[in-house]
This record gives sequence, C-alpha cells and structure tokens, in this order.
Amino acid sequence: MNTLIFRTVAPLLVSIMLVMSLFVLLRGHNEPGGGFIGGLIAAAGFALLGMAFGPKSARAMVRVPPIGIAATGLLVSALAGVAALPFGLPFLTGLWPKGLPISSPMVFDIGVYLVVVGSISAIAFALEEGANF
Amino acid sequence: MQTLLMAPLITYLVGAALTLVLPRGRLVVAVGLSALVSALAGLILANVLRFGPVAVTMGNWIPPFGITFAADAVSAGFLLVAALVATALLLALTLERPAQHPALAPLILMVMAGVSGAFFTADLFNLYVWFEVILIASFALFALGGAARDLDATLKYGVLNLIGTTIFLIALGLTYGSFGTLNMADLARAVPKAPLTLQLGVAALMILGFGTKAALFPVQAWLPASYHVPHPALSALFGALLTKVGVYALFRVMSLVFPGLLSPFAPLLTASVVLTLIVAPLGALSEPNLRRATGFLVIGGIGAAVSGLVIATPAGFTGGLLYGLQAMAVLASLYLLIGRVEARDDSPILRALVLLLLLSLAGVPPLPGFWPKLILIEAGLRVGGYGSVVAVALFINAALTLIAVARLYTANAWASPPTEQPRLGLVIPALAGALALSLGLIPAPLIALAEAGGRALSDPSAYSAAIGLFEAAP
Amino acid sequence: METPMALLSGLFFAASFYLLLSRALIPLLLGVALLGNGVNLLILTAGRLGRALPPIAPEGAMAPLAGSANPLPQALILTAIVIGFSLFAVLLVLAARGSAALRTDDTDQMRLAEPRGEARPDDAY
Repeated sequence: MNTLIFRTVAPLLVSIMLVMSLFVLLRGHNEPGGGFIGGLIAAAGFALLGMAFGPKSARAMVRVPPIGIAATGLLVSALAGVAALPFGLPFLTGLWPKGLPISSPMVFDIGVYLVVVGSISAIAFALEEGANF
Repeated sequence: MQTLLMAPLITYLVGAALTLVLPRGRLVVAVGLSALVSALAGLILANVLRFGPVAVTMGNWIPPFGITFAADAVSAGFLLVAALVATALLLALTLERPAQHPALAPLILMVMAGVSGAFFTADLFNLYVWFEVILIASFALFALGGAARDLDATLKYGVLNLIGTTIFLIALGLTYGSFGTLNMADLARAVPKAPLTLQLGVAALMILGFGTKAALFPVQAWLPASYHVPHPALSALFGALLTKVGVYALFRVMSLVFPGLLSPFAPLLTASVVLTLIVAPLGALSEPNLRRATGFLVIGGIGAAVSGLVIATPAGFTGGLLYGLQAMAVLASLYLLIGRVEARDDSPILRALVLLLLLSLAGVPPLPGFWPKLILIEAGLRVGGYGSVVAVALFINAALTLIAVARLYTANAWASPPTEQPRLGLVIPALAGALALSLGLIPAPLIALAEAGGRALSDPSAYSAAIGLFEAAP
Repeated sequence: METPMALLSGLFFAASFYLLLSRALIPLLLGVALLGNGVNLLILTAGRLGRALPPIAPEGAMAPLAGSANPLPQALILTAIVIGFSLFAVLLVLAARGSAALRTDDTDQMRLAEPRGEARPDDAY
C-alpha cells in the first residue's frame, strides 16, 4: 500500500478530508450533515494516514491519543446536555442564546464529532496494527 | 427530582470520560463516583417509595415523543444494589497490587452507565442502545487480558450476545411497524388494540432477545463459556449485573407492555424456566473448577428469578425481584472471594464465607437465597397450574444445587491448579461477603423493597401515569 | 413497495442465518454484519415507504410539510448502523487477533477457555 504516489498524495487528501469533515459538521446545523458523518470523514482521513505511513507514524501525526479525543467528545456532549439543567429544563433540552449563532445542540454535535473521530480512528489504527487497542 | 433522575447516568458517563483522560488515580475517582451514584440512587429510591414513580423526558419533548426516563421501586432498587456492588468491586480493585490495566476504570464506569440507563429508560429503543453500551464496554473488559484464552471467551461472549441484541432489534422494528410507538407506556396503550398474532410474534422475539441477555435455558451457552476467564473482579461485575439487566428487562416489558400475553406464554416460559433450573446445577455438578461451576450456578439463579414471571402474581413478582436483588450482592462477593481461593488463600474466614455464599445459592435458610425461594414456592403453589410446576422445579433446583455445592466445596474448590491471577486483598471481598450474608439474617428491608417492586409491576398504572402521555383531543 | 422490501430483508435474514451457522470465523462475522443490514431494512420498511419529501420544516413553519418522509425510522437506523458498525469493527479486531493467537479460525477448535478432556470432578468426597 505504501507506494511513493500514495505517500505523496495522502497528506493532501487527508487535509482536504479534514476540512470537508468540518464543513459537513457545521452544515449539519441547518441542513443534512452533522457530527457523526463529519466524524466518519475525519476518521477515514486518519485511517488513510495510517495506511500510507503505518499506524505508528500516523499516531504521531495525530499527536493526541484517539481515545483521549473520544473521551473529550463524550465530556463535551454530556456538558451540552447538562447545560439545560440550571434553567430548570430537562437533560438535553436545546438552548438557543439570543443574538448568537450558536446553540447547545451544536455543542452536542461537536462532541459527537469528537467521539466518532476518536473511537473510529482508534479502531482503525488497531486494525492496521493488528494488535492492541 | 426530575434532574435527580438523570444524575446517575450523567455521573457515570462523565466519569467514564473523565477517568479516561486522567493520568493517575483513575480507580480512586471511579470509587468516589460510584459511591456518589449509590447515594443518588438511594435518594431516588426513598423519593419513589414515598411519592410514587417519577419520569422526565429528555429535550423537553412531550411523551410519547422524545426519550423518557422513569423510575419506580423496581428500577431504583436495582440501580441502588448495582451501584453498591460496583463500588465494592472498584474498591477491591483499587487496593489490589500490582495495579491493573489503565482502561479498567473507564470501562467499568461505561458498563455502569449502560446499566443505569437500562434500568431507568422507559423507551424500548433506548433500552436497546443501553444494552449495546453495556455490550461494547464489557466486550473490551473481557478482552483486556489479551491472552489467547481471553480472546476465545470474548469472541463467544461477543458474537452470541450481539445476536441476542440484534434479535431484540428485530422485535423493535416490528414493534414500531405494528404499534407505531416505542415508548413503553404508549405501547401499553396501543398493544391490546392490535391483532393477537402480531402481539404474540413481537413478544416472542423480545423474550428470545432478553432471554439471551439473561441466559435462560436454550440460549445460555455464552455464559459458562466466558464468565470464568477474566479477572475475578470482572467476573463479579458481569455475574452480578449483566444477566440481571436481562431479567429486569423481561420483567419490565412483559408486565408493562404485554401483561395480557403472560398467560399465553406461560407454557413456553415454564418449560424454559424449569429446564434452566434443572440443567444449570447439573452443569455445575460436572465442573471441577470452582469459578466455572459458579457460572452454571448464576444460570440457575436466573431460572429462579424468571420463575416469578411465570407465577405472575404480586407475590410472584416480589419473589423474582428479591431473588435478583440478593443474587447481585451474593454473586459479586462470591466471585471476589473466588479470586482469593484461586490465589491459594486457605484462611478459615475465607473458607467459611465461600461455603456460606455457595449454600445461599442453593437456598439454605437463613441465608439470603432462602427468602426469595420461599416466597416463590409459596406463591407458585398458591397459584397452581404452571405456578406449582415451577415451585416443584425450584425444590429440585435447591436439592441439585446443594449436591453440586457440597461436592465443589469438599473436593474441588481448593484442588484446581493455582492460576496466575493478581492478588485481590481479602478485606474488601470478605466485607462484601459478610454484608451480602447479612441480607439473609436481616431480610426485612430488602423484602419490603421487593414487595413495593412487586406491587409496581403488577399494577403499572402509576408508572404510566408518571410518564404523562400526551392525550390527543377526541 | 413494502412487499418486495419485506422479501428482501427476509432474504438478508436467510443468508445471514446460513452464514451464522458456519464454523469458520469470517463467514460467521459476515453473517453478523448481514443480519444487522437485514434488520435495518426491516426497520425502514416498518416505518412505511413511499415517495416523500425530506422531513425538514421550511423556514418559519412549525412542522414539516404534509407528505414528508417519516424521520423516526431513519433516526433509529442511523443509531443501529452506528452501534452495529462499531461492534462489528471491534469484533473484527478481536477475530483477527483471536484467530492469530489461537492458530485456528474454526470455532469448534476454539476450546482454550473450555478445554476438552479435562479431569472429571472427584467422586470420592
């Protein structure tokens, strides 16, 4: 798999995929798209890095351990749900601050994005290594 | 109160994420969080016992839309015992040397998040999601050891349980297609209006799915193939909690959604329960290894718990629930102590505790396993018909289990070759065992809780009312 | 439209059960994956099919237009796909490592956790 052509093109392809994944994530706010599919695109990018350079160097390029990304995402999502509690609303109720183009569902979606990126790339790296999680 | 209802789940979810990024002290944090959830569950239980069931629908939707969480005496009681069990075994793991795999604490908290979600959800699809959360986390826990033996057990556990939950998912698809809703209270309203064949088909698939999770007779093979392989504390976690979630789901769904189908399904359930009760101790009889034999005894207990569903009177439900509640405490402490047995500990206190806990599984008075069997047998004989068949099977189960336990204890428990298990301390397992055994000497509080649960299951109107379905204008 | 879809998901189930009966690990896992896809088709069919608009409410409206597709089965299927996909991925990793460690992909030969021909329990107690 790690031919010269692939290794040359891969970083370019991956950077486009990462930008695309952010686009899909933010587009999900009002139109089809969202955190899950965006996260899958980004994770596919990381998996591609792993194929081109081997999982070890790919892990070094990602810098943060994938499971850590997933854990952060889980925290972000949970906090986006908890944010409604101080207002006396049930868990996960959407909050839409007046005058701001952001909302708690969007924060939740960003959390989902991170969970998917982290867990799927962890599994992909593990498959590429054929070894430990 | 409504905020309180979500707190156990959020605590465990946030805890799982938090411990995953903590550099050290993960198990200590996990113990603290689990103790916190025990307190929260106790608070919810006290509230529910006093003021009746509570419910909250996420995202401020109007039920039946949105995911509803609801708690009554059954769910709050089960969560309280589960959280206490988790606290005990996390504490035992904290005191263990050498330290364990770093992923241990987050994964156990994730299993507990799934367990608390499964106990509280009032939405069938959400129940499926929590099943899968439990499955994927327990899956990783099974594989933590990484040796070929662990992988062997994990594969069998994983594939068979995944098929079980997928069967439940098939039932969900048919439920939605036939009744148009997945909210349990809404289903209780919609199901009786549908044709009987449709109801029977959907319910049969659900019983098969939950039965696989609970390890009822023809679909129990995954349990003895896997439970004896991981770390003893993990055996304790699985033995205490996983099958009980299946039992809880069976009781909740059958009593709330399909109460009218309990009598058409009585012959089938009776056959399954009777065979579970008889085959399980026979399996234990043929086992030379204590921990593997205990896996079979877990299955026997599932038969006893589900027999309450066959009897299907308030007393029957009480007995089934009581069996499940005490079995969580007994099995968790038994597995923890077996960890010591396998590490070649031969102290008299350990021998005494192991013997008493094993006898409790057989139902010897005045141990905790005796009271639910007494209630179940009395209720079964009172109902007659299939109830008395089950009562007789409970007697046979008690006798067979007693023989198996006597043989295991006298001849085999300390005879199997020592394993290279890491050494659990004796203090926490012994304390947990003593606490579990005290449930037999002071059974009144737990029986009162199970009776409140039995009443709640036999008349689920308060649970449905708490969910507060939207009524369309006529 | 429902009838052919129901038949198709039935075909998926039949194929997956056939594969699940296999003793070799890879067909078994393919059976698991196929079973999940069959269920997803079943849920989609159960939510009623038809030529429909995307269920997105236009600007200013409180509800989607009449004749919109039913969004609930799609949400259910998405969840089921996510879960099924991640479980399948984990199973695949396990199967790869497991068959390497056990030196076989025949489930009948995977007896490390429950070895064959163990000593019977002692009768002389």
